[in-house]
Amino acid sequence: MIIELGHYALVLALATALIQSVLPLVGVRRGDRALVELAGTAATVSFLLVAFSFAVLTFAYVTSDFSVRNVWENSHSLKPLIYKISGVWGNHEGSMLLWLLILVFFSALVASFGRNLPETLKANVLAAQAWIAAAFTLFILLTSNPFARLVPAPGEGRDLNPVLQDIGLAIHPPLLYLGYVGFSVCFSFAIAALVEGRIDAAWARWVRPWALAAWTCLTAGIAMGSYWAYYELGWGGWWFWDPVENASFMPWLAGTALLHSALVMEKREALKIWTVLLAILTFSLSLLGTFLVRSGVLTSVHAFATDPTRGVFILAILVVFIGGALSLFAFRASHLKSGGLFAPISREGALVLNNLILTTATATVLTGTLYPLVLEALTGDKISVGAPFFNMTFGLLMLPLLFAVPFGPLLAWKRGDIAAASQRLFVAVGAGLLFAAAVYYARNGGPVLAVLGIGLGVYLILGAITDVALRSGLGRVAGSVAWRRFLGLPRSAFGTALAHIGLGVTLIGIVAVTAYETETVVEMKPGMLVDAGGYSLRFDGMRQGHGPNYTEDTGHFTVSRGGVKVTEIWSSKRLYSARLMPTTEAGIRTFGLSQLYVSLGDGMTDGGIVVRIWWKPLILCIWGGALVMMAGGIVSLSDRRLRVGAPSRATKAARLAAGAAE
Amino acid sequence: MTRKQKRLAIIGGGVGFLTAAVLLVMFAFSQAVAYFYVPGDLAKASLAPGTRIRLGGLVEAGSVKRGDGKTVTFSVTDTLAAVPVTYTGILPDLFREGQGVVAEGSFVAGSPVFVADTVLAKHDETYMPKDVADRLKAQGVTLGGKENIQ
Repeated sequence: MIIELGHYALVLALATALIQSVLPLVGVRRGDRALVELAGTAATVSFLLVAFSFAVLTFAYVTSDFSVRNVWENSHSLKPLIYKISGVWGNHEGSMLLWLLILVFFSALVASFGRNLPETLKANVLAAQAWIAAAFTLFILLTSNPFARLVPAPGEGRDLNPVLQDIGLAIHPPLLYLGYVGFSVCFSFAIAALVEGRIDAAWARWVRPWALAAWTCLTAGIAMGSYWAYYELGWGGWWFWDPVENASFMPWLAGTALLHSALVMEKREALKIWTVLLAILTFSLSLLGTFLVRSGVLTSVHAFATDPTRGVFILAILVVFIGGALSLFAFRASHLKSGGLFAPISREGALVLNNLILTTATATVLTGTLYPLVLEALTGDKISVGAPFFNMTFGLLMLPLLFAVPFGPLLAWKRGDIAAASQRLFVAVGAGLLFAAAVYYARNGGPVLAVLGIGLGVYLILGAITDVALRSGLGRVAGSVAWRRFLGLPRSAFGTALAHIGLGVTLIGIVAVTAYETETVVEMKPGMLVDAGGYSLRFDGMRQGHGPNYTEDTGHFTVSRGGVKVTEIWSSKRLYSARLMPTTEAGIRTFGLSQLYVSLGDGMTDGGIVVRIWWKPLILCIWGGALVMMAGGIVSLSDRRLRVGAPSRATKAARLAAGAAE
Repeated sequence: MTRKQKRLAIIGGGVGFLTAAVLLVMFAFSQAVAYFYVPGDLAKASLAPGTRIRLGGLVEAGSVKRGDGKTVTFSVTDTLAAVPVTYTGILPDLFREGQGVVAEGSFVAGSPVFVADTVLAKHDETYMPKDVADRLKAQGVTLGGKENIQ
């Protein structure tokens, strides 16, 4: 009974979304306040309905109700509770429901936090959100109903894909969706601006927190997914340029560009049309990602289902929304007044460069991801575009951006002085080069490019610190004054610095792992020793064991350094009983920022076993840097400007701008 | 600088960068992309030694031999032709005889043996690499893997 209620709530949510997508627009046209205010109420109701529906599905999973087809296909009564819950979104139907839940959650947030928005703008934004919600609710109800029953109910479920039974999976999709779908708010704001034909700095100020929040979550989601793939798949890789990874990376790149261009718009009223376009493109890439992952055109661990009707349905949603938004843009963009002037060498100029490079890089990733699909459709040739392609194009294109990042915050708005900025970065550049030389010396040579890459990372970190130090007046005023100024700096300044520091840290991690990792594949018998990264591993033997829903063979290794035992590593191969599916549970030990990674291969007849041992130097920097970037996002989000006071000032600015436009 | 000059400088820079990016992408497509073949295609493909390709098919039953422990040789077949493959490293968890597989690597000059540096097997029991499944179906091979397991 409760299952049917969940299904019914979803139908009601569709009705609410349809109301929310039409009536407020009518209200805006007719000047009917009651209809305009309906948008907020409908958004809240919609959220409650979908949340109820989601709770029902979770309940079915927790109680292992196998009369629900979706639960039977993806759950097992012996599964630990946390994976019963995370199993809700570990399949196509449930993950689409999560997608929808997060979408309506953001609508409800706009409805409740957007009290200071002009009413008509808010109504338009919520109506645009509701169009998306209606399309996806319809998609779930028609093609991916998670509440479908199974008669008679089987006694036991088929279990969740074992590689998905992991704490990483419990967190990764919700975070990723918060990011992906969070950009829908920016999209809806762009649509609303185009519908109203009016846009100003205040618009950018309203959009930026949403973009920041979405970007922060997406950063976390991607980093989490990367770490999950690293430790769960047992291949020792952290990024494969897999189309599905690209699907989440493209909105991130475009979103990063959006954050920066909205900054120009907010401060200088320039780049308005471009920012609106970016807001549309960012969410379009999110939709494209959803299509690529969910339609089954790509085969991967994420493609749970390959039902063609679903693919066609999402493709239709994609075409309608992206096509519609871009047509609206084409018709209405000329109505938006373009803004302030600036010299090529200026803060604006630097941010334009940032946008140019980030969007070009996004386009390259998009080309590399879609080209195999297009080529196969046109000629039938099957190709694989992998890491070599992306490293060559994306890597090379991003390089100038990395050099330019520290310059941006040091240049003045409108007209900057590049010579002065270079002078200020002297310390950062010098320290970067010195550090590179030190690494080169310490490693007795080695690849020059890698050494320079690490130097570049150090330069990025110090460049960001330089900006904060200069703003506090360090060296020019007394220490105590500088400290007070430092504490008084706006949070957004720290946000910028942290995000840029994070980029430097991630870069160092990537370069160090790529250039200095060592990999040993060796057949080991008990008692045998292997060296990796200055440690010595002794294989002690295999042991059998079992967990709630699997059996496993575990290899035991003793790690020592200079003859002294440091730690132990267990690495295992598991066989999940419900699906008879083997998985590798890599043994990983952390030493500072570096890791030893051991995964097992096949056992030999003579008692030996093939073992793959990696030494991953500074690998934790990759995800640590992402954490620092996230911290930057959060700190920036807490800036006063985006919370108190700002909206009232913004409304004034909006009124002024409106007055000026008339 | 006048408004016009400023605009020109920005647009010129942008166009220049985009052109460089397009050229780079085209170059990379000509260099860094691997085509997919099944063993039956190779005879007419006449590949230059060292060309990176993806070779897909079924792991021939009874063909898997382990050398000195870490090097494995096996044959990939599409039932029309078979290609011997060597691979050094750990095979994926789902690598099995009679199952679908994709090996990435190249042929060494003067040898019929395909040297793989990456071997991909199915992600789970209901999934066969799509490239392989499509080609094999096109050649009328029945895919038995799924039923065997369930």
